[in-house]
Amino acid sequence: MRVSCCESRPAVSRPPFGFRLLGSAEVTVSSGTLYDKVWDLHRVAELPGGATQLFIGLHLIHEVTSPQAFVALRELGLGVRHPERTVATVDHIVPTTSQARPFADPLAETMLATLESHCEEHGIRLHGIGSGRQGIVHVIAPELGLTQPGMTVACGDSHTSTHGAFGAIAFGIGTSQVRDVLAAQSLSIDKLKVRRIWVEGRLPFGVYAKDLILHMIRQLGVKGGVGYAYEFAGPAIEALSMEERMTLCNMAIEGGARCGYVNPDATTFAYLHGRPMAPSRANWERAVAWWQSLASGPEAHFDDEVRFDASALAPTVTWGITPGQGIGIDEAVPTPEQLEPNERPLAEQAYLYMDLTPGAAMAGLPVDVCFIGSCTNGRLSDLRAAAAVARGRTVASGIKAFVVPGSEQVARAAEAEGLDQVFRAAGFEWREPGCSMCLAMNPDRLEGRQISASSSNRNFKGRQGSAVGRTLLMSPAMVAAAAVRGHVTDVRELLLAPPHPEPAQPEPALS
Amino acid sequence: MTTSTSPTSSRPSSPPRSHAAFPSGPIRSVQGQAAVISGDDIDTDRIIPARFLKCISFEGLGEQAFADDRLELAGAHSLDRPERRDARILFVNRNFGCGSSREHAPQSLMRWGIRAVVGESFAEIFFGNCLALGIPCLQVSHDSLVDLQDLSTADPALDFQLDLVTAVLKAADRHWPLEMAPGPRHLLLSGQWDATSQLVAHDQELRATAARLPYLVNFAPS
Ligand code: SF4
Repeated sequence: MRVSCCESRPAVSRPPFGFRLLGSAEVTVSSGTLYDKVWDLHRVAELPGGATQLFIGLHLIHEVTSPQAFVALRELGLGVRHPERTVATVDHIVPTTSQARPFADPLAETMLATLESHCEEHGIRLHGIGSGRQGIVHVIAPELGLTQPGMTVACGDSHTSTHGAFGAIAFGIGTSQVRDVLAAQSLSIDKLKVRRIWVEGRLPFGVYAKDLILHMIRQLGVKGGVGYAYEFAGPAIEALSMEERMTLCNMAIEGGARCGYVNPDATTFAYLHGRPMAPSRANWERAVAWWQSLASGPEAHFDDEVRFDASALAPTVTWGITPGQGIGIDEAVPTPEQLEPNERPLAEQAYLYMDLTPGAAMAGLPVDVCFIGSCTNGRLSDLRAAAAVARGRTVASGIKAFVVPGSEQVARAAEAEGLDQVFRAAGFEWREPGCSMCLAMNPDRLEGRQISASSSNRNFKGRQGSAVGRTLLMSPAMVAAAAVRGHVTDVRELLLAPPHPEPAQPEPALS
Repeated sequence: MTTSTSPTSSRPSSPPRSHAAFPSGPIRSVQGQAAVISGDDIDTDRIIPARFLKCISFEGLGEQAFADDRLELAGAHSLDRPERRDARILFVNRNFGCGSSREHAPQSLMRWGIRAVVGESFAEIFFGNCLALGIPCLQVSHDSLVDLQDLSTADPALDFQLDLVTAVLKAADRHWPLEMAPGPRHLLLSGQWDATSQLVAHDQELRATAARLPYLVNFAPS
């Protein structure tokens, strides 16, 4: 889906001052943006093939993509260049029921033990299970104050774009680049173009950052951001909390943009103040002064610009097999005729795989499993939003519903507010932190053709552990609504209605 | 007895392969026997099946190269011919290495002993992953390739000399022209294909960069 389609859809419009998408033959270069400033500051050298050697200010590692990199390092006879700028945690493979060691899965145990020994050997901080600071890598680095404006952040995980919420330039890397960053605290990389995504208005009642990013990916396409960094700006973005900005930047990669960021502002500084690894006392003033100078100024030049209006959005849910196949809850599954010709083959695949009919409503579609968690939506505000729906209600019969906090800190904070009790009373399971059913590398997975309502970020075929399992992406509040009703539900109905015992059987599908 | 997914266990014992050093520095030539992998669109799943990805090291991957194909052929696979246990060159057809971008695929070929791939065409990511390991992927015409595959099949022990400087492959008094884009070829010939060593070599520039980063200098964590 390209921008030509946007004209026929009301929620996005091209800005009035005449711009267009650049073809690959046209090379213009952004200037004066936060991306340009941070890039220039971190440039170490130009490399023979034309790539830039870029300094990495914060390298986050976890158990899945680091082991081969450490082995490669040893084979090269190299050490870790800046162990103090490297931080590890364990998230992808950890079980969420019992985290007692050794893990029941011997392979998971080996992977964690391997990470532990590599961290020990190289003097790298590991926030392990029970440390109080363990959790999904993209949840813990911000909450510890490790992620700061103006930094370059790399991690062997594509959702590293999350950290851009702070005005950092953050991107996912592959295993051989993990080796490079370990060895040289830098990597060989090409500069991206910068697209500003300007969002007017405010998110309406019952509509969340997740809905906004799903809508953007729907409009711009899952490959629309390839070759770009996304700068999210405008009144609607400025009004977002840090956790909402993280949700937004987290899924920039699902729209093809390797990194997405928001200019740092008072909201950013307020979030960071007092965090364990944030600058303190006299350092704080100096830090804020520098951070304030980083934002893209009025003179900034962008390679491209797109506009949206947040006020026009509805709760959004995916119906297909890519994050770009989403619709407002009040819309119907698009028919082939409603789609661009190049989108139709994938849509045909999606109808078959998801077992959905073109023109059908998503509201009313029965679900089997409801998952609240992940680096997209496993933070305290996400759990609060879901708990607000679950409070005083009951999970519909036959539905498996569970909540996996993004980190140990999120879990403790939620428990301190009694959110765990709200979920438990409603019939949700309250689990230990980890990636869990976002990618199902642990025992949490779909079975057979089960269909999930999931607050995670990918709905690819087989993503949640069953080769034929189906995933519907939505906001955590929407997942909670699906759990108590037993089918896809417009969360606004529940937010408006006082809690009352829900019917045990799914209601007939709306049409 | 336990069953194993390793094709080596189901193969009649063959002489152990000699372990060549991994590529390093300038890559000017590759010499050795060739193995023949026939067919277009051989994807990385064929080169290294997905079940071998749940590992903590690339180390054991050499023995798993083409694991499923070799298991199926029960010792008759080109790589399993005892005469070419030290194969250094692969002869492949069109779009070799397509599919998943997994780095495990070139890693497993390198650990088997492969040091160059000669074929009709290559998938882009596979080509790049090989380049990063110092393994040149060179193109030849369809006719030359058929010729080369026939020759190596008829005489598995035949020795080939691949010269990257002149871009020519030689064997038994014959020669075949090879093609490779000038950029990657230059990187290989000059020894600059190894990103890690280049990055490490700029340590002084790295220090200079770190020295101007406010978050490391002005308000560094204590
Ligand atoms: S929660 Fe999902 S997307 Fe996020 S780091 Fe874990 S596996 Fe990756």
